Amino acid sequence: MAEKIIYAMYGDDEVLKSSAKKLVSGGIKIAEVYSPFPVHGIDSIIGVKGTRLGIMAFLYGLTGLTLATIGMRYFMVVEWKMNIGGKPNFSYVENILAFIPVSFEFTVLCAAHGMAITYLLLNRTLPGMPAQNPDPRTTDNKFVLEIRLSEQTIAEAKIDELLKDTGFEELEKKITE
Amino acid sequence: MELQNQNNFQVSANARTLAFTLMGIGGALAGIGVGLGIGEDHFLTRVMTNGLINAFFFFAIGLGALFFLALNYAVEAGWYVAVKRVIESVALYLPYGIAVFGGVLLIITVLHGAHIYTWMDGEVVAEDKIIQGKSSYLNVVFFWIRSLVYFSIYLWFLRGFRKRSLEEDAVGGSDIHFKNYRQGATFLVFFAVFSSTSAWDWLMSIDVHWFSTLFGWYTFSGMWVSALVVIVLTVIYLKKEGYLPQVNESHIHDIGKWVFAISFLWSYMWFSQYMLIWYANIGEEVTYYVMRTENYKFLYFGMFFINFVFPMLILMSRDAKRDAGILTFVGIVILVGHWLDVYIMVSAGSLGANAQLGILELGMLLLMAGLFIYVLLKNLSKAPLTPVNHPFLDESMHHEF
Repeated sequence: MAEKIIYAMYGDDEVLKSSAKKLVSGGIKIAEVYSPFPVHGIDSIIGVKGTRLGIMAFLYGLTGLTLATIGMRYFMVVEWKMNIGGKPNFSYVENILAFIPVSFEFTVLCAAHGMAITYLLLNRTLPGMPAQNPDPRTTDNKFVLEIRLSEQTIAEAKIDELLKDTGFEELEKKITE
Repeated sequence: MELQNQNNFQVSANARTLAFTLMGIGGALAGIGVGLGIGEDHFLTRVMTNGLINAFFFFAIGLGALFFLALNYAVEAGWYVAVKRVIESVALYLPYGIAVFGGVLLIITVLHGAHIYTWMDGEVVAEDKIIQGKSSYLNVVFFWIRSLVYFSIYLWFLRGFRKRSLEEDAVGGSDIHFKNYRQGATFLVFFAVFSSTSAWDWLMSIDVHWFSTLFGWYTFSGMWVSALVVIVLTVIYLKKEGYLPQVNESHIHDIGKWVFAISFLWSYMWFSQYMLIWYANIGEEVTYYVMRTENYKFLYFGMFFINFVFPMLILMSRDAKRDAGILTFVGIVILVGHWLDVYIMVSAGSLGANAQLGILELGMLLLMAGLFIYVLLKNLSKAPLTPVNHPFLDESMHHEF
């Protein structure tokens, strides 16, 4: 479906923030902001929903803990009873202290890797994926606001009017297929 | 005028009453405890054990605050400026803490160790090859030289920090800031050594046959988290009373994060010490834990549970660290937990299986807690709550995340 998108480019994150505030209070919905670094406070201005990455991190961590427990119990207690320092080698629970460091490390490993991969996948920034940003300069020193006309309740002329004095450096309108 | 009132803390009648009531109840309970217990076996040791526990616990809170102040100077932190006077006020308990703690140590020395520091007792040492081997370090003269060096260096730095802090209010500029930066870093160098050696001297030497390299860091992390809890509780109290208008949710959140993080540091130390000794299973080392797990099973693991699981589960979320009610609840619980930690460290070594947790213990704790609260409130009222000329005050007032 063809859609018209407005890209407004800024040279400074503070200007971007004040502009976003003005546009949002004028009733415009901002679809996305592209920036070379995280701009503090922009998420609440453009109304990004809170991330659920924390829940995923917990689930990945739980997976790691479970795998580590099952694995260690099988290797050290069930399959071949390992005698280390004369500790009772027939029971996992009685030796739980020895297994805590590995459980901890494996939990962190799975949580961290799972979270990083999920993050890259959700943002479509895994290595080799095509770039999403409208202009390569947003990875350097420019900031871009993306406004999708299909999401707006007000007319395009009104949006142009609001945008006019926000201090953008470049304005581009694009029609996607 | 309004701002002036918010800036100069005055001890309210209620707060004063609370402090004196605690001292009164504590004194009365301690008196009853002494009356009930006198003549019992090990009674003198029990009294001195309690003296040592409470004197050390509150002294350590002051010392933890002094360390935290020096740390913030050394890293040139900006966010903490709005609560700096609170940290200073907690640290300024140190002169009183040292008076009480030094007094307790002196009485114990006069009593030839009072069965707490058995290495002070000539008769015990004469029959004990292991203590004889340590006696070039663990003897009364060297012990007191070390203690006096620790005390005087702590007090010297504290005095300098406070003097310059008040001077900065009057003259401003950045010279004092850079002087504090250098002095803060210098303090950390001393403290890096003293935090370990003083813990060996004052606490580890109670279990004189036993040793652990990370004992000092374990004690240090406990005192640090206790100091942070006291700081956050004081900030919350002052906010509630209408003081500290510049302190916002972000500052409280930050101290909450410190409490959360240092609780983990403490738990990490606890587990590292426990697990390594359990794994190696060497007779000389495990005695320390055998005593604790056999005679203090419930308290010992309960204390670990309180100090680790409580802050972990409750303070994990962002909202909890910004909620004064939750922070107060968790803070008080882990403060009790860390008192129990010191209680077990000292009395499992001195009294062993004969230790009790009764009226005497409660009374002496309340007595010292009352004194501590009173001194803290007095300290808060001695200087304006905002360090008006601190170079990072503006940054701290706009602290937000």
